[in-house]
Amino acid sequence: MQQRLSMLVAAAALTAAFAVQAQQPPKKAPPPAKAAAPAKSAISEEFEKFREVLEEDNPAELFEARGEDIWKNKKGPDGASMAQCDLGLGAGVVKGAYVRMPRWFADVGKVMDAERRVVHCMVKYLGYKEEDIRKQPFSNVNKTPDHVSVITYVAGQSRNMKIAVPQKHPQERAAYEIGKEIFAYRAGPYDFACATCHGNDDMRIRTQDLPNLRKPDQAIRAYQGWPGYRMTGGFMLTQQWRMNDCFRQQRFPEPTYLSDTITALLTYMTVTANGQLYKGPGIKR
Amino acid sequence: MADPMKIRAQMKGDTADIRVLMSHAMETGQRKDNAGNTVPAHYIQSITIDVGGKRVIQGQTGTSVSRNPVFGFRVKGAKAGDKVVIHWEDNKGDKRTDETTVAG
Repeated sequence: MQQRLSMLVAAAALTAAFAVQAQQPPKKAPPPAKAAAPAKSAISEEFEKFREVLEEDNPAELFEARGEDIWKNKKGPDGASMAQCDLGLGAGVVKGAYVRMPRWFADVGKVMDAERRVVHCMVKYLGYKEEDIRKQPFSNVNKTPDHVSVITYVAGQSRNMKIAVPQKHPQERAAYEIGKEIFAYRAGPYDFACATCHGNDDMRIRTQDLPNLRKPDQAIRAYQGWPGYRMTGGFMLTQQWRMNDCFRQQRFPEPTYLSDTITALLTYMTVTANGQLYKGPGIKR
Repeated sequence: MADPMKIRAQMKGDTADIRVLMSHAMETGQRKDNAGNTVPAHYIQSITIDVGGKRVIQGQTGTSVSRNPVFGFRVKGAKAGDKVVIHWEDNKGDKRTDETTVAG
């Protein structure tokens, strides 16, 4: 009986192996034996080329322009403008601010990531209502909200700069440690953690190669390209959206918009990527 | 009013490489919103491009063009400093004109 069972299992395994092989493109080279070699699959290389062509004329620029207009020209109810917004480098300084967040902001007594800070300023100075922003925090095919355009503008002002997130303040270091812990925390119906997919080299979901976020040269791959223009639908998506979507994919409850959880995770990821070059808003399939 | 375009015009040899990004919803009229109502068609239907005061392209576009489209053109005989004027009109009568000069 046991022998028959094992034969059955062997047969099943064979069929499975065959099915996997049949799905792969015919001329694909065998996968590298050593995980150390960063060899990319033929499919993802093709996507890289595709992305490079599209990056030349990225519609994200249109959203940058819209965000810039809001930042520079929009006035709040009492005449305030974003010129008073301190992104960590002084009031109104946008250049290079994006790659230096998340950071400690003494005026609110919190560590904030770029997106959170921008929304904070838009509420404080431009009279946007936080509950309105929370009603639609992320873009969809019908609408890219104003704060997403402003974030895209702020990110564009750090194009081709090196990531330099500070870790001087104890709260900044605490955010990093909390982020690290959440990253490794297994829970939910699948018993998943962020680390399940992003804690090892050479993991993938369908054709998407996943970066190992514990390593600087790979953490940058998760940072790069956000905020990103999504071609399917034609709207902008932000880091916060990406993080929330990871929670959804793990079948976790999704964090409320601009939560400390996401800030901590972003701190962990961005500090890990410190010193790497940020290429500005990207483009996504 | 429509958002401004992003235009880049650069000489490459004896041809000008012109690329333009347009901000437009480009609704096909086939999509339905969350309530199940058809989203009315809204798309750019004509584009004109003038380089150095001369019309080089007069085109008609339809619903098969993507949202926020990018158009690229190569124009022979243009020179650095030539003025590039791009104009579009959509089916609802909205229009937009933007210009730049060809960079050397």
